[in-house]
Amino acid sequence: MGDGFLSALLTDPTLRVVGLGAGAVGALAGALGCFALLRRQSLLGDAVSHAALPGIVLAFLLTGSRATPVLVLGAAFAGWMGTLFVMAVVRHSRVPEDSALGILLSVFFGAGLVLLTYLQRTPTAAQAGLDTFLFGQAATLLIQDVILVVGVGAVAILLLALFWKEMKLLCFDGEYGRVQGIPMNRMDVLLTSLLVVAIVLGLQTVGVVLMSALVVAPAAAARQWTDSLGVMVLLAGVLGGLAGVGGAWVSTLGDGIPTGPTIVLLASAVVVVSILAAPRRGILWDRIRLRRTRARLRSGSPGSALPGDTPGGGV
Amino acid sequence: MTEEGRAGSAERHLLDGAGDAPVPALSVDDLTVAYREQPVLWDVDLRIPQGSATAIVGPNGAGKTTLIRAILGLIPRAAGRVRILGRPLEEVRREVAYVPQRGSVDWDFPTSVEDVVLMGTYGRLGWFRRPGAQEREAARRALERVEMSAFADRQISELSGGQQQRVFLARALVQDARVHFLDEPFQGVDARTERAIMGVLHELRDRGDTVVAVHHSLQTVPDYFDRVILLNVRLIAAGEVETVFTEENLRVAYGGRIPYVAAPPAGEGPGGGGSGMGGDDGIPGGATGGATGRDMPGNAKGGGH
Amino acid sequence: MPLHLEIQLLAVVVAAACALPGVFLVLRRVSLISDAISHSVLLGIVLAFFWVRDLTHPALVVGATATGILTVVLVEALHRSGRVKEDAAIALVFPALFSLAVLLIARYAGQMHLDVHSVLLGEIALSPFRRWEMGGVDLGPRTLWMMGGILVLNAAAILILWKELKLSTFDPALAAALGFSPVVLHYSFMALVSVTAVGAFDAVGSILVVALMIAPPATAWLLTDRLTHMVGLSVLLAVSAALSGFWGAWILDVSIAGAMATMTGVGFVLAFFLAPDRGVLAGIRRRTRQRVEFAGMLLAVHLLNHEGTLDEVQETRIDHLQQHLRWSPDFARRVINRAERVGWVRREGSERLRLTPLGRETARVGMTR
Repeated sequence: MGDGFLSALLTDPTLRVVGLGAGAVGALAGALGCFALLRRQSLLGDAVSHAALPGIVLAFLLTGSRATPVLVLGAAFAGWMGTLFVMAVVRHSRVPEDSALGILLSVFFGAGLVLLTYLQRTPTAAQAGLDTFLFGQAATLLIQDVILVVGVGAVAILLLALFWKEMKLLCFDGEYGRVQGIPMNRMDVLLTSLLVVAIVLGLQTVGVVLMSALVVAPAAAARQWTDSLGVMVLLAGVLGGLAGVGGAWVSTLGDGIPTGPTIVLLASAVVVVSILAAPRRGILWDRIRLRRTRARLRSGSPGSALPGDTPGGGV
Repeated sequence: MTEEGRAGSAERHLLDGAGDAPVPALSVDDLTVAYREQPVLWDVDLRIPQGSATAIVGPNGAGKTTLIRAILGLIPRAAGRVRILGRPLEEVRREVAYVPQRGSVDWDFPTSVEDVVLMGTYGRLGWFRRPGAQEREAARRALERVEMSAFADRQISELSGGQQQRVFLARALVQDARVHFLDEPFQGVDARTERAIMGVLHELRDRGDTVVAVHHSLQTVPDYFDRVILLNVRLIAAGEVETVFTEENLRVAYGGRIPYVAAPPAGEGPGGGGSGMGGDDGIPGGATGGATGRDMPGNAKGGGH
Repeated sequence: MPLHLEIQLLAVVVAAACALPGVFLVLRRVSLISDAISHSVLLGIVLAFFWVRDLTHPALVVGATATGILTVVLVEALHRSGRVKEDAAIALVFPALFSLAVLLIARYAGQMHLDVHSVLLGEIALSPFRRWEMGGVDLGPRTLWMMGGILVLNAAAILILWKELKLSTFDPALAAALGFSPVVLHYSFMALVSVTAVGAFDAVGSILVVALMIAPPATAWLLTDRLTHMVGLSVLLAVSAALSGFWGAWILDVSIAGAMATMTGVGFVLAFFLAPDRGVLAGIRRRTRQRVEFAGMLLAVHLLNHEGTLDEVQETRIDHLQQHLRWSPDFARRVINRAERVGWVRREGSERLRLTPLGRETARVGMTR
């Protein structure tokens, strides 16, 4: 990357908007994604982003407006309904969560498709652009869209900071919080809402199909480098932001390089590197440690070969 | 949870407080818990005085964990009333500490030992306030009491089972409560941890606090606890260990098959106190103290969770 | 055959072929593996295409199946490394493979007649136009032949491996102990899912495959407890969703695949609320009925527990019951009246209740349940 990229980012106004938008989306999804990852809700992101599609089309059908805030509102509503659907199914039937998520993402997506094709044959036909939500098209980002992402994202991060210790407790041991009298159910609703907001804000850039990767990948990468939740959230934000900016830039390099997949591939590469090479947790370090221990064992100094610092591991 | 606002609760608690006896630490009346209309706990009545250490004992699926969780308002009650220090839970949350089962959380969570202990101060801190120097000092003292000071900055995934349990105890200590509920505090911990935890619990009791713990190893009950609650969906017996912890009661609670080991295994805690009881009916393989009750084919229905 | 009949036939075959392996995906709680596989098979298709340069070549199916299995292997390897949890592993693997495929298609779009939209969404209405001709004889739509073959394959595999699949689904430990290799079975099954996903996505697209695989079996599970019934019912539900979806789409002139997926969802929601035994409404009805019965039992147990105790006088007062058992006066009256009617309790004065011998016996039995 280097110079060409930096100067292009500074001088090219389109790239500036696109890069900024994709970066903000990546940073927001990365930071909030940490909580989804830690609560084992990685696939909720996938389901919510697919579920947003009918919301987007319905919002357009009802208002006739293509303005991003309108579509985002529709997406958030549908995403929320989908989340409630999964909760209700898990709670009131024997159908397990993974099946409920699968039904949510495919059925809502199918319904979205029906609405989209219905729209396509109506005379207004102003739907052009709605299907950019499938894979995202960072190039269609306007400066207003970027302001929306940054503004709403800032509010989300502020809320996260205000309720930081409650969020941490919710993810680690929510019941313990309830015993202390902290309204954990309300915190759960807040956190899920923030996640839904982060997802739907990213749809225009990355698309419904791949948005979940932007929620999970930066968080999974960041987790390997640190053992502190605060650092993890910051780092995931930075990594997600970089993947966003980098992806937006790469996709301007050639014709027909879609932004969404590029961003996802960059983020995935970061995950691979992190899992292999991050200090302490990296797989490569495990190998090296193992080899050293073996070498020491062979050289015959039993005292130092005791694996005294092996982690105990939870159940 | 919904009960607290009910009319009549004020008079009731005056009634409880009346008389010359001090207010009991815990009073449970007619507590029934049902899961999908199947009773998991049937009409349990309990009085636990302040300054005592009580073990909740019973076969698997007896509802021991359910009892604690219902008392703490973590699961809905089908019927019944719970008072802690004579008042509804909502009014005395500051006085209630809880040590959940160690396996209930993800120990790979990115956080440090001190951070986990500080979680015990969150309720007291209230909204928007972060733990400060005062809270950190309290956390350090709590870690000292469980002999974990050296681990304050460690990542929690590096802890052994016993160390995890001590961290959970420290988190409860930092709450500075007067009634302490523990769910299987000795599950899968080493002998040293077991002694350390029991030492702390006895300290708490001796200063007038109340300790209530789900306990699995029958042979240590007489040494560790003053009182015992024998449970098997309904309350079999509750009271002082000497009067209640009899072979006959155990036989009723465990359906005739008592996982009781007459001689305590060598090196594994003290606990020879009740060696005169039971034994002949004990199931084999119960030699490792804490795990004894695990595989009991209890005759009770319904999960313990 | 008229066009719409061919489409319907294809829809029915696809739906049935997907529902069969779906039953075991749902029961094994790995539903979302179908989502992962149906996305990442695209990479296999693209790579195989670069090799053979022919979109109709059978090597594409082989390549796709291989990437399907690769997905499962990668997810399990990531999960086992202990660095991420299983859900995160799924969410990491398939977007990466899918992104790679989309990128390759975008770069070499000119060379292959494969656009990403049709991969995602499928276009069943176009399938009949791709014919299979042999020696100048039109044998029908190619996709129909392929999906027919896959349907037969799935049905045969499930028939042959019935007891192994059943055992390893409900008791994997026992299956392993009896000498069935769970690993071989697992990967054979995942290969089956992959082949099905490849075949079906030509017609309905990679996302809607998930609807056909998961929703009908999940719906069937709300309606029956028996595995054989569940398999049959799943196929039946999938086929009816396919047909109703087709006609809905035909009338409204919208996406057929989308309408089929929507109908599987409609079926699920209906069953979720209305299933005779496990539906939400049945549950509510049962609970209201049981509440009074349960409360009567609770009353008997309560009276029994306090018989002969010091606080008996206090504990058996009617107004006390209302307070302690948290019953409304009205509800308490209903419960007491019922208990009196069936002869469990009798009133003593206007204030107190006493158990009858029958009530005592009932409470004893009830307590030891």
